[in-house]
Amino acid sequence: MKVLVAVKRVVDYNVRIRVKSDGSGVDTDNVVMSMNPFDENGLEEALRMKQAGIATEIVAVTVGTEQSQDTLRSALAMGADRAILIKADEAPEPLGIAKLLSKVVEQEEPGLVILGKQAIDDDSNQTGQMLAALLNWPQGTFASKAEFEGDSVNLTRETDAGLETIKINLPAVITTDLRLNEPRLPKLPDIMKAKKKPIDMVEAASFGVDLAPRLEVVSVSAPEARKPGVIVANAAELIDKLKNEAGVL
Amino acid sequence: MSILVIAEHDNSALNANTLNTLNAAAKIGGDITLLVAGSDAQSVVDEAAAIASVSKVLSANDAALADGLAENIAWLVNGIAANYTHVLAPASNFGKNFLPRVAAMQDVMQVSDIVDVVSADTFVRPIYAGNALVTVKSSDSVKLITVRSTAFDAVEATGGSAAVEELAFGEAFEGVSFVSRDVTVSERPDLATAPIVVSGGRGVGSKEDFAIIEKLAEKMNAAVGASRAAVDAGYAPNDFQVGQTGKVVAPDIYFAIGISGAIQHQAGMRESKVIVAINKDEEAPIFQIATYGIVADLFDVVPELTEQLS
Ligand SMILES: Cc1cc2nc3c(=O)[nH]c(=O)nc-3n(C[C@@H](O)[C@H](O)[C@H](O)COP(=O)(O)OP(=O)(O)OC[C@H]3O[C@@H](n4cnc5c(N)ncnc54)[C@H](O)[C@@H]3O)c2cc1C
Ligand SMILES: Cc1cc2nc3c(=O)[nH]c(=O)nc-3n(C[C@H](O)[C@H](O)[C@H](O)COP(=O)(O)OP(=O)(O)OC[C@H]3O[C@@H](n4cnc5c(N)ncnc54)[C@H](O)[C@@H]3O)c2cc1C
Repeated sequence: MKVLVAVKRVVDYNVRIRVKSDGSGVDTDNVVMSMNPFDENGLEEALRMKQAGIATEIVAVTVGTEQSQDTLRSALAMGADRAILIKADEAPEPLGIAKLLSKVVEQEEPGLVILGKQAIDDDSNQTGQMLAALLNWPQGTFASKAEFEGDSVNLTRETDAGLETIKINLPAVITTDLRLNEPRLPKLPDIMKAKKKPIDMVEAASFGVDLAPRLEVVSVSAPEARKPGVIVANAAELIDKLKNEAGVL
Repeated sequence: MSILVIAEHDNSALNANTLNTLNAAAKIGGDITLLVAGSDAQSVVDEAAAIASVSKVLSANDAALADGLAENIAWLVNGIAANYTHVLAPASNFGKNFLPRVAAMQDVMQVSDIVDVVSADTFVRPIYAGNALVTVKSSDSVKLITVRSTAFDAVEATGGSAAVEELAFGEAFEGVSFVSRDVTVSERPDLATAPIVVSGGRGVGSKEDFAIIEKLAEKMNAAVGASRAAVDAGYAPNDFQVGQTGKVVAPDIYFAIGISGAIQHQAGMRESKVIVAINKDEEAPIFQIATYGIVADLFDVVPELTEQLS
């Protein structure tokens, strides 16, 4: 089975972002970028499927600018067999991304597509579900465990009340939670080898799907800062403050 | 404006987040219909009909709707979405799971996790783990929206008597089935709505020692939360996780104990009214947002605190 893994280039999770003073967006110049952490889990899961003889080929795909090649190189270094860059200058919205990915699925005919449950920049948590709907495939979202059994998957999902297991038939879309696995760190020889692996580049416009944004960004602002607090000496003083100053106890 | 709100429930009771979502609907303004999709969920339908701000309840009763499977709920909602100007669901695991599916079927770009309604087509939502707020205007004819429940007060649960209409469900989606559920049973109040939350982090050190967090919570009738590091290490179950990828809470008091305060954790608790941090490292980022901090060993302070609270 071929597995398609969607990876997104995002601002690294360690970066504390700054909102531009004119309210037009977030300053992403000269900040460290890396692969969306959830997508590393997606790739790791595919690699384990390959080790277990369930997956035969792993294709990483991203939608972005030329710079997103970095992310694809990381994916190839982790062990993806090949990669596809769908070139788009304006970052499409999740709906547009899902439409593009559905076209790639038509071409590649994978048995499984793995995405992150959310991208840590926009936190939309939509793309995988949208892709599943466009393909009319079952979805297993927020996965923390996937057990493959013939042409179905027993999938454990993290929910607000605990855990839930569903069974989905392949082909299907899975979105990852961070506890699904521990992504590997690529070794130097793998990073060297990755430089020789192929990256296909296609223009987003060539797929003929409607990518026009539906949401207009009116403004971007920083959240209100919290008032600076105080350090108290001990439990007794804390209880006093909570009761008599904050009036919350 | 006519607004469809999708109720979250477990076939026996309405989840409180539905009341918060209804408030967001009320802010948009217009006629509100509440959909209860479930199996033998009459008690939920009764609860729904009693809510003052609801003008109509749609009840879909089918075994295929029992377990919240996204494919089936999305199919149902997709069939009626075009009758409304807005479709709202809580930004919980339930809402996040099915609503984007409806959005794709409707060819609509969903607005996720809103924290404010500016007007009927303009909404505010957090991005970058809450480090920025983006105001977006939707041009879609039906607006599909998930609502962050901590950002909207709950509407009154009573005072109404809405008409109930049956909604037929079609055929269940093939290729997906529910297998089992492993629900965390806790004596403590619900993390999402409790007025006091006591959270422990990696600093607590072990599953056994996590009991001191639980004892403090018990003393104040508080809910228990945890950082991702504490959940990953097995000190607490996954549904206790607070943060960007866990639950978002906004209690009156949030205790962060042995938690450093990474931005991903802050994303889930920075809207709390009062934040108390207990950490032995005075440089820990949590102190930058704490209302009250104690720089000390948690194994000294927490038992003391538990003892002295009456
Ligand atoms: C300030 C701001 C302004 C913006 N302005 C615009 C605008 O004007 N027009 C516009 O169209 N969009 C705009 N966007 C959105 C665009 O930048 C996002 O990339 C897009 O919305 C994807 O959302 P997400 O990553 O949160 O999706 P999620 O649904 O959270 O992503 C989940 C998963 O989907 C996959 N995925 C997501 N994106 C990609 C990708 N590019 N390639 C491969 N896989 C992917 C990954 O597996 C990821 O883990 C804006 C965003 C911000 C923050
Ligand atoms: C994509 C992504 C999503 C994430 N989502 C989340 C999320 O939803 N929620 C979340 O919490 N994290 C999340 N994280 C992880 C986050 O980045 C941090 O790693 C995590 O919050 C750290 O947990 P912690 O504060 O318990 O542990 P640490 O950072 O290790 O902090 C432990 C603290 O305990 C203190 N301590 C130790 N011993 C004692 C003692 N005896 N007495 C007092 N203090 C003591 C230490 O000084 C330290 O400050 C996410 C990360 C990524 C990459």
